[in-house]
Amino acid sequence: MYQVKARVLSNEKVGEAHYRMKLEVSQIAKDARPGQFVHIRCSSDHDPLLRRPFSIHKCAQGRIDILYQVVGGGTRILSKKRRGDQLDLLGPLGKGFEVEPAFSKIFIVSGGIGVAPLYMVAQEITRLGQGKEVTALLGAKNKELILGKDDWESLGLRVMIATEDGSEGYQGLVSALFERLILSQTSLSLAVYSCGPVPMLRKIAELSSHGGFFCQVSLEQRMGCGLGACLGCVIRGTSGYLRVCKEGPVFDAQEILWDDPDLEIR
Amino acid sequence: MGNIPDLRVSLGRIHLRNPVLVASGTFGYGEEYKDFVDPGELGGIITKAVTLKPRKGNPPPRLAETPAGLLNSIGLENPGVEMFLKEKLPHLKRLKTKIIVNIAGEKKTEYLYLAEKLGKRGGIDALEVNISCPNVEKRGLIFGTSADLAFSLVKGLKQATDLPLIVKLTPNVTDITEIAQAAEEAGAEALSLINTISGMAIDVNTRRPKLGAITGGLSGPAIRPVAVRMVRQTFQKVNLPLIGIGGIMSAEDALEFILAGATAVAVGTANFVDPAVSLRIVEGLRQYLRKMRIDYFHHLIGDLRI
Ligand SMILES: Cc1cc2nc3c(=O)[nH]c(=O)nc-3n(C[C@H](O)[C@H](O)[C@H](O)COP(=O)(O)OP(=O)(O)OC[C@H]3O[C@@H](n4cnc5c(N)ncnc54)[C@H](O)[C@@H]3O)c2cc1C
Ligand SMILES: Cc1cc2nc3c(=O)[nH]c(=O)nc-3n(C[C@H](O)[C@H](O)[C@H](O)COP(=O)(O)O)c2cc1C
Ligand code: FES
Repeated sequence: MYQVKARVLSNEKVGEAHYRMKLEVSQIAKDARPGQFVHIRCSSDHDPLLRRPFSIHKCAQGRIDILYQVVGGGTRILSKKRRGDQLDLLGPLGKGFEVEPAFSKIFIVSGGIGVAPLYMVAQEITRLGQGKEVTALLGAKNKELILGKDDWESLGLRVMIATEDGSEGYQGLVSALFERLILSQTSLSLAVYSCGPVPMLRKIAELSSHGGFFCQVSLEQRMGCGLGACLGCVIRGTSGYLRVCKEGPVFDAQEILWDDPDLEIR
Repeated sequence: MGNIPDLRVSLGRIHLRNPVLVASGTFGYGEEYKDFVDPGELGGIITKAVTLKPRKGNPPPRLAETPAGLLNSIGLENPGVEMFLKEKLPHLKRLKTKIIVNIAGEKKTEYLYLAEKLGKRGGIDALEVNISCPNVEKRGLIFGTSADLAFSLVKGLKQATDLPLIVKLTPNVTDITEIAQAAEEAGAEALSLINTISGMAIDVNTRRPKLGAITGGLSGPAIRPVAVRMVRQTFQKVNLPLIGIGGIMSAEDALEFILAGATAVAVGTANFVDPAVSLRIVEGLRQYLRKMRIDYFHHLIGDLRI
């Protein structure tokens, strides 16, 4: 874990309220694992006061990318940053995805901005070797919000798109597309990695549990320290409260109490 | 030592290398910040609350940000004193700094039992008594809002342990100096103030409270002026050393508390914003002393020019 002053290399608008920021952070980039996050201080005064967590989207040669959506004050400030600006970052934080060489059939299922933490898992899987059947299902409201499709295709895996308005690929929710594809499959060597809105993850978790698949999801909660100290970021797990910043943000789907309505961020 | 400027201060029998502590609940049990802070450079660590039995804490969401502030409703989640002794204390003991254990309870007997248990173990320098808790035997009346309850609790603790007792005052009272005086009479070694200010925030789109527990405690820069005022009032009424707490983000903020009469400070919410802020504050205080040509930090305590 490091605290660094990271230089912004670029901050490009990639969707209606979506941005990709490249940051120069040599130590964090060296240690980062798929699914981990950085905790960013968006403002040096007290508005907003707390840091904001963002998944590490990509990571290479002393740099990381984050992919983010402007939803409030902190992300709005981030969207104004320019090349050469500095940001105070903590990272890499949290527990990431686990990729086992034994998995032969893998689904990566993303909804909206949930694509952010999944790209590095896909990279890791392709690095781990041949002979795997890997499918990435990218879902969004419309085709403009399918972010980084070319990147995914360049990894050499099967990419399928689901849009709610049908402007590209399957028309409907990405969880419904997933359901079709895995119809009546049961397999212990099938693994699913997913991130997106809670209702979608709930569905993916349920289907995976029925199929007996290995399923990991990346979840969110409002955060304080990001280091496991304040106990502010908990969600309900089957064994009690779990800290998203420490036991997560990536969890085995079966660790989570999915019927808790408060899993959705207020 | 004899280093000038000299940052050492004493809270009764507790001698600190410098006046900067980290506040309860914001620094875990010392392990979480190890990549950012060498505890040996701090005056001391005040741990997350320890209770007799494990506590699950409140339902999420537990945090909500407000203007320059943070509302929290953690609900004293902690593993209980047995686990604390087994799993947290051995690590804390190895840190080269003062270890102050924050204790909380729902009944007087719980506090006494806790104090007795902790007092028998070496490695603890003081107890900080969180009296912002409801007393289930008094229909939920908060210990720290009644001078009688506070007096009786501290008096009992005094008999239960030889460890120095730092009583942590709640600001959610009409006159904090009454409770401060009660704690002093009962034998407190020092006082820390303030705990969080009771508050609430609502999401108008969903019409739901922002916290799972509905209400919570406000901390951060938003509460600093209230805390400074309370330290000043308490300094005028009691003779105990005070630990100033509330929204301290910088050395300058810390100095406000010192000039108002605090002997030391504890840094809370700021640790979330900058995990190394406590060390920056120590350095900032040193620079201030040099700039002002003051050799001894303790000369500043209460040195307010009116
Ligand atoms: C581990 C983790 C990884 C994340 N990765 C990404 C990412 O890669 N890209 C991305 O765009 N976002 C990500 N988020 C969400 C991101 O942190 C929030 O969108 C951000 O904190 C909002 O800050 P704000 O000041 O702009 O909004 P605020 O003004 O704080 O809030 C605006 C709205 O955003 C939502 N929100 C606030 N905080 C969070 C939060 N911590 N998590 C989810 N929703 C929140 C709430 O609905 C709120 O009403 C991640 C969150 C976590 C916990
Ligand atoms: C997340 C969080 C948890 C806290 N937990 C405790 C606690 O367990 N016991 C306690 O006495 N005070 C607790 N506090 C109060 C702080 O120690 C401190 O008194 C208060 O936050 C004001 O200081 P600040 O504005 O610098 O944070 C907690 C505060 C926060 C923000
Ligand atoms: S954010 Fe503090 S424990 Fe997770």
